[in-house]
Amino acid sequence: MKIKDVGIAGTLESSDISIRIENSESEGIEIELKSSVENQFGNQIRKVITQTLLDMGVQHAAVHAVDKGALDCTIRARVMTAVSRATKRNCIPWEVDRCAE
Amino acid sequence: MRRSMLYVPGNNPGMIRDVHIYRSDAIMFDLEDSVSLNEKDAARMLLYNSLLTFDFGQAEILVRVNGLNTAFGRDDFEAIVRARPDAIRLPKTDTPEDVVEADELISGIERQSGIETGSIKLVAAIESALGVINAPRIAMASGRLIGMALGAEDFVTDLKTSRSADGIELLTARSMVLFAARAAGIDAFDTVFPDVNDEEGFIREVKLIKQLGFDGKSIINPRQIEIVHQIFTPTEAEITYAMRVLEAIREAESKGSGVISLNGKMIDKPIVERARRVLAFAEAAGGQAG
Repeated sequence: MKIKDVGIAGTLESSDISIRIENSESEGIEIELKSSVENQFGNQIRKVITQTLLDMGVQHAAVHAVDKGALDCTIRARVMTAVSRATKRNCIPWEVDRCAE
Repeated sequence: MRRSMLYVPGNNPGMIRDVHIYRSDAIMFDLEDSVSLNEKDAARMLLYNSLLTFDFGQAEILVRVNGLNTAFGRDDFEAIVRARPDAIRLPKTDTPEDVVEADELISGIERQSGIETGSIKLVAAIESALGVINAPRIAMASGRLIGMALGAEDFVTDLKTSRSADGIELLTARSMVLFAARAAGIDAFDTVFPDVNDEEGFIREVKLIKQLGFDGKSIINPRQIEIVHQIFTPTEAEITYAMRVLEAIREAESKGSGVISLNGKMIDKPIVERARRVLAFAEAAGGQAG
């Protein structure tokens, strides 16, 4: 699935994560992460973002994430919403590789 | 036991994660009025992922979805049924057909996703004059219904009035919802009390709805939980009397006696039923029963 527009989801409130996703000129998934728990969980947050995008069939994207202590399920939900918005599709939570037009 | 049903906005990850610590009997995650129109997709996605992740302990889990007459209702049902809450709260239920439509939609999703048919229950929220008038038929519209709730804010707007301290404008609606629920053998839940700083008013209202016969109340702040539970907890004297009633029954049954008396008063079936209800509330409060 190709990211054409910008998609934003999530907030800067505690326990949430703000995700901004857009097309990347380079290959693969680039993640720019700011997190209050970066030292402890930075790798895990990047891993969840990357895995969610791959599960959705997104191979190339630039992600800007500002984390406020979000758990994995929240990160996953916000990434999926951002992709839905960026692709203007209705991505289905229980079939992450399928988005309706 | 559904004394307290705590609303949680469905797009707030911190509140979703922490809500179980307050120990309300039921948690109601909301995708409807507490979520802005441009965040409906985000809330649905968040709640779906959260419900499949968190263990909310003993609390019963409900989700208030958007109505099927909105652009969001169908997508809400599709996602939320698959996240397997205990029940879905159907907002603004005006007719029995609203319930039947939701029931059939849930059945289809259950079949598609391998969930046992009938396992996701329904609560119908009555929020209009039409809903109140149709309450008896709504309450009997589906075997999935476990309860009926009054939603007063929309209701008083529909009635062209506003909420007052004594709640006189809600008396008929409360009674109708309660009668309809009782006739159908399901629970009845009262509406929220919006001013969390008016503790006296809240206590007065909870006492009123308990006396009317409601099973519990929708609440919007964790501070209200303990108050509801306290008011629904029987007194020591009530518990003692209920235990003696049940003891008298056991004794009469062991003697093969058809007539039961306690302190010279005849004990009949409704008194026994009330005693059992008292002990159920006592048990829920961690009291002496058991």
